[in-house]
Amino acid sequence: MQRPSAPLEGPPRVNQTSKFQGTDRYVATEDLMMAVNAAVTLARPLLVKGEPGTGKTQLAEEIARALDKPLHRWHVKSTTKAQHGLYEYDAVSRLRDSQLGEAKVHDIRNYIIPGRLWEAFASERQAVLLIDEIDKADIEFPNDLLLELDRMEFFVHETRELVQATHRPIVIITSNNEKELPDAFLRRCFFHFIRFPDAETMTRIVGVHYPELKRELLSEALNAFYKLREVPGLKKKPSTSELLDWLKLLLAEDVPPEALRTDDPRKSLPPLYGALLKNEQDVHLFEQLIFLQRRQQSRQ
Amino acid sequence: MLTRFFYTVREAGVPASVTEYLTLLEALQARVAEYSVDDFYFLARATLVKDEKHFDRFDRAFAKHFKGIEQAFELLQKELPTDWLKLMTQRHFTPEEMAQIEALGGWDKLMETLKQRLEEQKGRHEGGNKWIGTGGTSPFGHGGYNPEGIRIGGPGGQRRAVKVWEKRDYRNLDDQVELGTRNIKVALRKLRRFAREGAADQFDIDGTISATARNAGLLDLKFQPERHNALKLLLFFDVGGSMEAHVRICEELFSAARSEFKHLEYFYFHNFVYESVWKDSRRRHGERTPLFEILRKYPTDYRAVFIGDASMSPYEIMQPGGSIEHWNDEAGAVWLQRLTQRFQRHAWLNPEPEDRWDYVQSIGITRQLLGERMFPLTLRGLDDAIKALKA
Repeated sequence: MQRPSAPLEGPPRVNQTSKFQGTDRYVATEDLMMAVNAAVTLARPLLVKGEPGTGKTQLAEEIARALDKPLHRWHVKSTTKAQHGLYEYDAVSRLRDSQLGEAKVHDIRNYIIPGRLWEAFASERQAVLLIDEIDKADIEFPNDLLLELDRMEFFVHETRELVQATHRPIVIITSNNEKELPDAFLRRCFFHFIRFPDAETMTRIVGVHYPELKRELLSEALNAFYKLREVPGLKKKPSTSELLDWLKLLLAEDVPPEALRTDDPRKSLPPLYGALLKNEQDVHLFEQLIFLQRRQQSRQ
Repeated sequence: MLTRFFYTVREAGVPASVTEYLTLLEALQARVAEYSVDDFYFLARATLVKDEKHFDRFDRAFAKHFKGIEQAFELLQKELPTDWLKLMTQRHFTPEEMAQIEALGGWDKLMETLKQRLEEQKGRHEGGNKWIGTGGTSPFGHGGYNPEGIRIGGPGGQRRAVKVWEKRDYRNLDDQVELGTRNIKVALRKLRRFAREGAADQFDIDGTISATARNAGLLDLKFQPERHNALKLLLFFDVGGSMEAHVRICEELFSAARSEFKHLEYFYFHNFVYESVWKDSRRRHGERTPLFEILRKYPTDYRAVFIGDASMSPYEIMQPGGSIEHWNDEAGAVWLQRLTQRFQRHAWLNPEPEDRWDYVQSIGITRQLLGERMFPLTLRGLDDAIKALKA
């Protein structure tokens, strides 16, 4: 046993909140709802992975909106250190102030700048904390946050004070799988993998974003979209966010559904394909496929 | 009952810990999931499984624990028409392999073995996932007769609660299966060895501060060379013939390696390395690089990686004149040994499924020549190969 299942100190883990069921802007599948609710109820971090463009980051925003809680975003970069999320000691401005002889230099507190994690801990109400793209940071980054996320407290060495969360924040962590996360870190999280939505879910997602979309156009567009995804050899398959962009363009350009009604995208590129294919090699592959198809047809 | 379930999950190769099990119990106590198998499935998955590549194993363990696997196997038999399989066998198996099937006791026996393997595999830690899950449909593991793989899932129209894990949507995410450029790049990153070499053109803050301090406060600027991956790699690709089936994965490995290593040289060979290799397949007969030149030109700190299926007639390795393309004065084995002696850190990546290796004599010979430094071309194999290259 590494650890008692519930900590002896700190705010209580189990809290009673209303359940997350998606929002008017975000369609949550059943398994996603379960993962979110488990993480919310037990106040443990939720790790979300999935193809780029499937709404990982948006999830945190929508949870905050649905449960009416403040959201703190912490976007991780390759240079981010765990310490940045806790606090930073601004030694340079203190040095400058000391040379200028300012009075506030005597209190070190004036130079401790709270990070995102501290902000979320200090929040009056329970907050949602998004740690975005945790895999971008150094391998040690998740390990350095173990205790902080587990106990929801940390120690400020400069002032010798213990920062404790008044309410355990709901922590949503996203990852693009660029690095494997350490086991010890994973043990403390709930995990959810956002799958690429099936056609049924996709219809609901599109409906949420473009309620005024004509049914006919939608079904044609989805058809073309899924066929496009099925073409073998694509370097970057278009994802949900690309579909939504494309639909927006189709609406703006007022493309009639008939224009999309080619049985096979291999015979012609869909209109405004630039929103779906983001790689010139993919576009090239497509043009070649179309060329081959046409030649075969003309021979028949 | 849940303790048994927990052990079933662990036996299936999902690395779930006691902490996670306790979390699951805690969540159940907090009434996160109530009175619905579906909810319980989702909750248990979110709690016990922390990597999508293990979802498929979890699904199987879940199905096994809550249903037993007999039905699954019946479905499997229903869905794989035996005649079709036989046809595929004739098309894809060499006569030697057919003989091996006969030796195993013919077709019926083979299906029986397959059934046993299915059982075995569920109980075993990781390992033989090749049976279900890859593209393979046959115990001899030729990936990709049926791109869908063996469908274990039940037919449609069942109760939804059962369907979710029976669909086994996550089959492809198992780490012994899928490799893409991105995955390979991430794996190759482990093979980094940073060093500062070349022109000093980056400002060195730490160096400047300490030099200035030592200089009694007078500014003393310091520069240092940029840090980059100093690892050097020689790639040898087998092209043509039996490698046609693996072209895509080799392309992906190549493009990933190209972007990751600054010092990378690649050469092609056919079936086995002989006295010369080439860099451009279109002009392979004209422009060839003698192997002696490679042995001379590249220092010993280069790592040599061979990518090939090593599937050929044993003569091509062992006999002078055994090459199928030209007359070679010295046997391929001699040339391979020269290479591996010069480049002590070497590895052979084989795209053939690992469980097939024992049936191909030439693979066995090559492995012996390499001192067992042959690895399957999967993410895990790549990891192991990188460990061998680093040592």
